[in-house]
Amino acid sequence: MKTPIVSLKGVTFQYDGQERNALNHVSFDIYDGEWLAIVGHNGSGKSTMAKLLNGLQFPKDGEITVCGMKLQEETIWDIRSKIGMVFQNPDNQFVGTTVQDDVAFGLENMGIPRLEMVQRVEDSLKKVKMEQFLHQEPHHLSGGQKQRVAIASVLALRPAIIILDEATSMLDPRGREEVLETVRTLKDEKSLTVISITHDLEEAAKADRIIVMNKGEVFREGTPDEIFSMDEQLVQLGLDIPFSVKMAKAFRAEGIQLSKHYLSEEELVTELWTYRSRM
Amino acid sequence: MMEKMIFGRYVPADSLVHKMDPRSKLTIIFLFVCVIFLANNWQTYAIIGIYTFFMIGLSRIPARFLYGGLKPVLWLVIFTFLLQIFFTREGTVLFHLGPLKIYEEGMKMGFYISFRFFFLILMTSLLTLTTTPIEITDGLETLLGPLKKVRFPVHEMALMMSISLRFIPTLMQETDKIMKAQIARGVEFASGPVKERIKAIIPLLIPLFVSSFKRAEELAIAMEARGYRGGEGRTKYRQLSWKMVDTLQLVFLAIITVLLILFRS
Ligand SMILES: Nc1ncnc2c1ncn2[C@@H]1O[C@H](COP(=O)(O)OP(=O)(O)OP(=O)(O)O)[C@@H](O)[C@H]1O
Ligand SMILES: [Mg+2]
Repeated sequence: MKTPIVSLKGVTFQYDGQERNALNHVSFDIYDGEWLAIVGHNGSGKSTMAKLLNGLQFPKDGEITVCGMKLQEETIWDIRSKIGMVFQNPDNQFVGTTVQDDVAFGLENMGIPRLEMVQRVEDSLKKVKMEQFLHQEPHHLSGGQKQRVAIASVLALRPAIIILDEATSMLDPRGREEVLETVRTLKDEKSLTVISITHDLEEAAKADRIIVMNKGEVFREGTPDEIFSMDEQLVQLGLDIPFSVKMAKAFRAEGIQLSKHYLSEEELVTELWTYRSRM
Repeated sequence: MMEKMIFGRYVPADSLVHKMDPRSKLTIIFLFVCVIFLANNWQTYAIIGIYTFFMIGLSRIPARFLYGGLKPVLWLVIFTFLLQIFFTREGTVLFHLGPLKIYEEGMKMGFYISFRFFFLILMTSLLTLTTTPIEITDGLETLLGPLKKVRFPVHEMALMMSISLRFIPTLMQETDKIMKAQIARGVEFASGPVKERIKAIIPLLIPLFVSSFKRAEELAIAMEARGYRGGEGRTKYRQLSWKMVDTLQLVFLAIITVLLILFRS
């Protein structure tokens, strides 16, 4: 698992007409098959980084390598075919007039022969459980359904890496869980690498690793357990600590010992109701 | 209501005309518009009429939908009719209408031209009633394909059309939302003097423009992320299939044309 699939070395980026660098000497690796969550306050440069990985913007300085290819003009189309991106707004990434047209859009761009396209459209819609909506128009779909179509569009291109840029932030809790569950299943099935940019620390908590961004720099990287042990510091960075972490902290203050630092809500509940028997 | 104007035109049904390839339908309409000018006596107009109603019969479109297409232009037809009657001064005088003399030739021309109008509208309505906008787009894209040689951006035009079609309902919903939000802030859209009402459109248009630009930018990024790089080397998912009906329909129109040439005076 420890082979880097993406690596950034000293990446710096500045938008035209902007005084501050949106990214400042950012260096880190993303490993093959991991679920990496990237968190950080608004404007910390998360989306910018996602765009750089995909060659939608070029770094002012530094080097990006994706699947062994150095990112530059010549490799950009190969790299784009390795990375699928799902964006925040479900409407503004729906290109086709119907569900099937939207999934086919990327395939058409790659010049895939029609018969194979039909097969791939069908397969990837099945994967996200949207196969009965083949002919549906986008304005008749819910936000969660549109995001699942967006995932299908990305899957059809058979990427190695999926980037979710706040892909669930405009959805209700049910839509959010639907989308995340879909991605989780697919990740296991296809050994995808998932980069999930999110404000939702509950979601980030389920990742293998978390990177915390602050003002265009990597502030800290580590496992959820390590990241949540920063407690107050996270709040200062403008992030909201999950409820279970706050609870666990309160328990610890009361002298109740818990097995590890970060616990999901279920883990916390299990730990609590088995607490006596462990003593 | 706006949605009806653009989309509501298409009436799904299981008919031969619906099954036809948009390319053949577009070609037939184009040829029909040319051929109709061959008609110049009652026999030839009768042929055109029979052809038009035969096609309508085939399409199984209920008459009220066709009437919907006719209604807005009906005044124009009546107006040209009257114009012809009053201002043509040839042939024998048929009767007097007060100080005006109605001539035989005028009567004839009036009828012919109104019928020509009438049949043209019926046939073009038939196209939009039996073909989805996206099919029309695909049809145009392939038919205009040869123009790519002279650098006419056929693919880009077709993509623009299909993206517009895709976003019209979304923008409608958004307009509705903004309208409600502004009504809640006390803007009056439906009452008051015309000048005030026009002014009221501004707080509707500006947010709509701003959000459309944002949408356009995000859409462009999403398209690029999915590997869009122009029409070059692109394959097509939606497929048009030329069937036997299409060939037969073209042959049929050719026969009609021959008949028109034989019977015209
Ligand atoms: N198109 C742009 N033009 C100019 N500046 C931009 C542009 N997009 C982002 N920026 C600036 O770059 C910085 C980083 O923005 P970015 O969108 O990467 O932040 P983010 O971490 O994704 O924030 P959010 O959580 O709000 O999505 C911000 O200061 C922002 O103002
Ligand atoms: Mg962002």
